Parts: sequence; C-alpha cells; structure tokens
Amino acid sequence: MLEQELTLTARKEDKYAVITTEGYINNPGGEKIAHMCYQLMDEGYKHFILNFSQSKVINSIGISILIEIIEKVLELKGSLSFCGLTNTIAKTFRIMGLAQYTKIFPTEEEAIKALS
Amino acid sequence: MEEEITFTVPIRPDMELEVTRVASSVAEAMRLGKDKIDEIKLALIEACLNAFEHSKSKEKKVHIKIKMTDDRLEIIVRDYGVGFDPSKVKEPKIEEKLKSPRKRGWGLKIMRSLMDSVVINSHKGGTKIIMTKRR
Ligand SMILES: Nc1ncnc2c1ncn2[C@@H]1O[C@H](COP(=O)(O)OP(=O)(O)O)[C@@H](O)[C@H]1O
Ligand SMILES: [Mg+2]
Repeated sequence: MLEQELTLTARKEDKYAVITTEGYINNPGGEKIAHMCYQLMDEGYKHFILNFSQSKVINSIGISILIEIIEKVLELKGSLSFCGLTNTIAKTFRIMGLAQYTKIFPTEEEAIKALS
Repeated sequence: MEEEITFTVPIRPDMELEVTRVASSVAEAMRLGKDKIDEIKLALIEACLNAFEHSKSKEKKVHIKIKMTDDRLEIIVRDYGVGFDPSKVKEPKIEEKLKSPRKRGWGLKIMRSLMDSVVINSHKGGTKIIMTKRR
C-alpha cells in the first residue's frame, strides 16, 4: 500500500557485489534479494554486501529468505556482510544468531574495506 | 494520563504496516525514542503477520488495541481464529535452520526479544497477544 515495493540495485566489482535495497524486506522483498544473489552466484560471485540503509522495515519471513542466502554463501565458502542496518534490525540479527555467520558494518565503505 | 485507541484491520497484504503507523505515532507522542519505536514496530509486524497467516479467522479481521499510560505502551493484537499452543512451538536455532528446508519460525522469538513483555492467551476461539514496552 503506502510502503513501496522493494527495489534493488546491484553493483558488480571484481571480487564482490554490493546489493542496495530500498523498501520493505518482506516475503516478495526477500525473494527479490535472493533472486539477485543467486544470479550473481551463477556469474561466479561469492562475496556479497547487502546495503539496507534504505530499508527500515523487515519481517521474519524476509529474514528467513536471508538465511537461505547465508546457507548458499556458506556452501560456496563466500561471505555475506550487511551495512546500513537500523539499530533494531542489527539487534534482531544478533538475537537470531545471523551475526555469527555474517558480518555487520555501519557503512558500505567499512564493509568493502574488510573484504580487501 | 491514559489513552486508548482501538481499531480493526482486514487481513490483506501489507496491512501490518498500516497498524505500525498508528502504533508509532502513539509511541512518538509518548516520546519513546527512535530505537524503542522501531522495536515496537518490528514486534507488532510479527504479531499481525501471525494473526493474518495462521489464525484462519473466518471474519478475516484482526483487532488492535493500543494503550498508553504514564510508564508504558501496551499493544493487544487479537484474532478470533483457531488458536494455538505456544508451549508446543519449538525455539528456533540458527544452526538448525541453516540446514533445514524450513527456515521460518522466528516471529514469536523476535516479539519476545524486542518487547519488555509478551503474554499469549490462546485457545480454540482465537488468540490474544499482549505486548508491552516500558518508557
Ligand atoms: N495468531 C495465531 N493463530 C494461530 N497460530 C499461531 C498464531 N500465532 C502463532 N501461531 C503458531 O505459532 C507458530 C510460530 O509462529 P512464529 O514464531 O511467528 O513463526 P512462523 O510464523 O514463521 O511460523 C506458527 O507457525 C503458528 O503455528
Ligand atoms: Mg510468524
């Protein structure tokens, strides 16, 4: 309704890809992110940065799709980093244990720096 | 000061966001602060989604009550659906979810972690979730 559907952009670098989202990370939103990640995995990418600075709301269905992406990234021995999370989303990821399998950075620059 | 807002929403995609809009404007009026408001929003989204997805409510509606008092915000999410036994819901574990095809089952845990208290009253006639956040 009022919240716009999730939109995303992907930026491909040599060794990693940055996906920036805007909007609600719900079921269809999570699916869009997963679809993009799997497409990039098919192209050979295994290190991903998800920039959620324009996504202020998320739900547990969206997060469970992120867990699916984490599973695939672990299989590839790649990495998944988040940046631009609200305090509450970061807290939620820690409570769920996602933070053990991913990295959380305040900014995209810091996430990129950690990969190089 | 004690104030109460009650309203009913139809079960419809993204309706949970409409509910959080009302709750956050009440929380803002109470000057709860950004992080607490965000926590209330995420917990409330989960309570609404559960009523939408699992209640099988015949009236296809969910009833919301938002109560503010001097020291806390209380939110009640009620459905007249099938109900469930919360003691039978398994605590989700990330290690297991990563291997399992079923990755869902986080809503109750998120609600309980983000609010100061969550009480679930559920029986065959439906479910009532009472969540509170202290100032
Ligand atoms: N309002 C409700 N009415 C009926 N069953 C519910 C309700 N809320 C929760 N449940 C039950 O509790 C389970 C756990 O809910 P939750 O932790 O949110 O995970 P999920 O919604 O992903 O299954 C649901 O699968 C459902 O069986
Ligand atoms: Mg749920």
